Amino acid sequence: MISPQQVETMIQEKLPNAEVKVVGDGEHFEAVIVCADFEGKSRVRQHQMVYATLQAEMASEAIHALSLKTYTPATWQAAGQPV
Amino acid sequence: MTPEVKAKIDKLLTDNKVMVFMKGSKLMPQCGFSNNVVQILNTLGVPFETVDILADNDIRQGIKEYSNWPTIPQIYINGEFVGGSDIAIELYQSGELQQMVEVALAS
Repeated sequence: MISPQQVETMIQEKLPNAEVKVVGDGEHFEAVIVCADFEGKSRVRQHQMVYATLQAEMASEAIHALSLKTYTPATWQAAGQPV
Repeated sequence: MTPEVKAKIDKLLTDNKVMVFMKGSKLMPQCGFSNNVVQILNTLGVPFETVDILADNDIRQGIKEYSNWPTIPQIYINGEFVGGSDIAIELYQSGELQQMVEVALAS
């Protein structure tokens, strides 16, 4: 079983610029990621960047479901949630 | 992914302007995330086709490579990968999904 903290660390290691918050029950996770590297990229591309950090865990279905919300620092502020 | 599987997916996407790869069927989704997508498209009232990836293991694996996307459901509009459940919800709430579907159906 994977803890939300482990997921957080795995994302953080590969996206060092990111602010990451993960909650979950060991199989289903929800992650909020704010990262300047997302700037100018489509939503699909932003999510692909996050999935790529968890490739092995997603492929083995150790992580069954990961709900993602991705923001750039600008869209995060616009959403009224300053880092 | 074999060329046959790729050709099969290509054909599904060419034949159907709004295509969903999901777990289960439109009437009986087998996963909450797949159900979200079906409910959204039903609400928009647009025609769409679905493939049950649980019934076809080649497509189940192939579609993940096709889009470089590791999860199901996956929505395609006019042959283009749009996203999974989270993105569908965001696009629906912002009104973009309706726009994309209308443009696709008019083309």
